[in-house]
Amino acid sequence: MTVKVTAPDKPLLSRDQMAKRLAQDLEADWVVNIGIGIPTQAVAHVPKERDVILHSENGIIGMGPPPEREEDVDRDLMSAGKGPVTLVPGGAFVHHADSFSLARGGRLDCAVLGAYQVAANGDLANWKVPGAGSGNIGGAMDIAVGAKQVFAIMTHVSKDGTPKIVDRLTYPPTALGVVTRVYTDMAVLSVTPDGFVLEEVAPGLSVDDVQAACDAKLILPPEIRTIAA
Amino acid sequence: MKKKKAASLEEAISHLRDESVVLIGGFGYGGVPEQLIEGVCGSGLRGLTIVNNNAGTGHTGIARLLEEGCVGKMICSFPFASESHVFKEMYAAGKVDLEVVPQGTMAERMRNAGAGLGGFLTPTGVGTEIAEGKPEFDVDGKKYILEKPLRGDFALIKAYKVDPRGNLIYRKAARNFNPVMAMAADFTIAEVGEEVPMDALDPEAIVTPSVYVDCFHVTGG
Repeated sequence: MTVKVTAPDKPLLSRDQMAKRLAQDLEADWVVNIGIGIPTQAVAHVPKERDVILHSENGIIGMGPPPEREEDVDRDLMSAGKGPVTLVPGGAFVHHADSFSLARGGRLDCAVLGAYQVAANGDLANWKVPGAGSGNIGGAMDIAVGAKQVFAIMTHVSKDGTPKIVDRLTYPPTALGVVTRVYTDMAVLSVTPDGFVLEEVAPGLSVDDVQAACDAKLILPPEIRTIAA
Repeated sequence: MKKKKAASLEEAISHLRDESVVLIGGFGYGGVPEQLIEGVCGSGLRGLTIVNNNAGTGHTGIARLLEEGCVGKMICSFPFASESHVFKEMYAAGKVDLEVVPQGTMAERMRNAGAGLGGFLTPTGVGTEIAEGKPEFDVDGKKYILEKPLRGDFALIKAYKVDPRGNLIYRKAARNFNPVMAMAADFTIAEVGEEVPMDALDPEAIVTPSVYVDCFHVTGG
């Protein structure tokens, strides 16, 4: 049986605010894969003085933010989501097999991926909806299994009110036991061996609001911060 | 020296045959051999298996190949892009088959074929639908599945510059699948923007050596 919940009738974080919050946790000198969708919005929020090496699956090592001027848009320099990007000084290009060797081979400190569901054991679902004949895998399966950490970023609840923070996946998995943190429009959670730990709550929301929008029991540490959005 | 430069687009395409497996390079806008694909569209070829990251968008390129009835099967990692209307309709109507492959597995299967290997063990897809029917192995406590090489009869690729022998360099992220596809096909046809004189390419910087290129078509752009 699928649980339905109603997101609280309070303002939630925008996609850009979610991406901004996530970007704060990308540390200097990390190599970070940026997936398609909301993850792309995190790129612009990495502080300029912080040297994070962004990887795009299509062979860009050292991806920079979109060009500021229209005339600098280059069809040969696009993100995984097919949006225009730039190359940072010292960036490099590799072909697809090398790009994914880097991912599987353990060179990614972190991958930022969109998600349909994340389970309490870190299982990730983001490629196919139940009952569909097929779906879009893209690079997610390789990147999720290869990265040292996976940061999932998604709305907390689906449009029809189905929780996406779940005890066990009901969607087909992309990779098992890989997600380490989840950034939603309601909260920041970490995935631990004991399950989800609620780290931060969006401004104006209560811990109960967040718990009510989950289909998994959250562990509540002594200090739960408010997201600096 | 073997003559690899095609006299025309038609000549470059004339090698292809019905029922072939055709690897087509490109990711998004970059590295797509647009003219070669257009050439195949007008060829009347049938029953092609197309390997590409996506399944065509809009009504040009691979989408047009599908509309023209050239394609029997697509092998892709991301077939249902928002603009992939032609593929979505044909797939729903049962007019085209689909094999969905994780993107890194797709690239590695081709590299594997090009390297003369018989398969590889990858952690990608363990515990998912992708692992169904594939042998699983435990190596030093970690689980892997067996993936087999993916060979093409033909590769249609796009490069930035070519020398008379057929050595290739690429431009920025337009490199993407093109070098591994060049390795993985029995016959590789490259669409290239510019031909440069012999020795104009730095041997240290050549990405695809000429031995992988059977024919090239210079577009001048």
